[in-house]
Amino acid sequence: MSTVRVLVGTRKGAFILTSDGKREQWDIRGPHFGGWEMYHLKGSPADPNRLYASQSTGWFGQLIQRSDDGGHTWSPMGNKFAYEGVAGTHQWYDGTPHPWEFKRVWHLEPSFTDPDTVYAGVEDAAIFRTTDGGQNWQELSGLRGHGSGPRWQPGGGGMCLHTIILDPADPQRIYIAISAAGAFRTDDAGQTWQPINRGLNSKTIPEPTAEVGHCVHHVAMHPSRPDVLFMQKHWDVMRSDDAGDSWQRISGDLPVDFGFAIDVHAHEPDTIYVVPIKSDSEHYPPEGKLRVYRSRTGGNEWEPLTNGLPQSNCYVNVLRDAMAVDSLDECGVYFGTTGGQVYASPDAGDHWAPIVRDLPAVLSVEVQTLP
Amino acid sequence: MIRVELPAHLRNLARVAGEVQLEVAGPVTQRAIIDALEASYPALRGTIRDQVTLDRRPFVRFFACEEDLSHEPPDAPLPAAVASGAEPFLIVGAIAGG
Repeated sequence: MSTVRVLVGTRKGAFILTSDGKREQWDIRGPHFGGWEMYHLKGSPADPNRLYASQSTGWFGQLIQRSDDGGHTWSPMGNKFAYEGVAGTHQWYDGTPHPWEFKRVWHLEPSFTDPDTVYAGVEDAAIFRTTDGGQNWQELSGLRGHGSGPRWQPGGGGMCLHTIILDPADPQRIYIAISAAGAFRTDDAGQTWQPINRGLNSKTIPEPTAEVGHCVHHVAMHPSRPDVLFMQKHWDVMRSDDAGDSWQRISGDLPVDFGFAIDVHAHEPDTIYVVPIKSDSEHYPPEGKLRVYRSRTGGNEWEPLTNGLPQSNCYVNVLRDAMAVDSLDECGVYFGTTGGQVYASPDAGDHWAPIVRDLPAVLSVEVQTLP
Repeated sequence: MIRVELPAHLRNLARVAGEVQLEVAGPVTQRAIIDALEASYPALRGTIRDQVTLDRRPFVRFFACEEDLSHEPPDAPLPAAVASGAEPFLIVGAIAGG
């Protein structure tokens, strides 16, 4: 029987949750790297026991850990993230130029085919790549060197490159997203990049339809349709059917379209999930009710999923990288909260139950479906 | 032998239990100690000082002989008691964050 391994990054360590395909009984291991901020953990699709983890604190900086045995043992890898050439400046919160400074790795995206190749999205925004299993990291500097770089500015969480999506059909194509610059795409394996923000309308910036400057919170794609992207923006849920060349708003009948997380069902490319959050000044669910919203029509028509989720006095947030799906026949959906709960639904969102309730604030959730 | 005391997180990372003892060739300075420490424990690279600028990380402090040496130049000689191994060189995670 298949098993499911859930990789959870929290403010104070990493946890690994495993279950068989029924997803009823869970084994919980951790904390790994107790006391450290674990922004993200992800397994290699090419070698599922090869895991990479981003470990950091404000005291001791950034580390990259690697496991070759499914998370039982770990080894620190290279952690030198040096911007290529002159780092230059971006816009600071007050509009003044501010030097680019490396702070941490937000997201690790292993290659589909090579367990030694991994992309890292970092703050201040840039993308790095290792091709030797994490020992050395080189910047793909064409992104930061895009002419719009000096106009990028940090969002509330810093100027982070938080989303990396590899195109399974085209190894030359990568999508990334930055708060608050927007989404970008490369069609030449990272040498050159173009902003893909046409159709975004952000009323919180001076020029709402600007080429860059949008606070994109997360982007998701179904691997069978790599030209179709779904985006949770600071406000607005958006969709692109042309690889990001244009976007349409699909918030539809959502109660509110602010939020962070967005993901796509493993087998139904038009079934998508978001977790509406009341507003950017409150950062908790509307009415104290934790509701995942599901659209089975690729957007606009949404249904609340509440069975098993707290429907009163719930004031947690669900962060951008804290939702994931498994690929079992009946798709499982998972998300973690800033209150330390990790919820799982073994039936595509119809029913939910907590796997674990009292972890540190959850920063990221990834799922591996193992044979 | 130079004695170095690490904060708990860095002891875990280096997989050491207590004080670290290091051979330092030449004058005993902050830079020489950290060079030797990173050579012996590569996992500590970047955790005490920035790997590009070599600046001390802001929330890391260096103490010895009941003095805060954090703002001393990295190539300044450390107290004789550190160089002789009579006193440890303390690498401290600053109390910050509440």
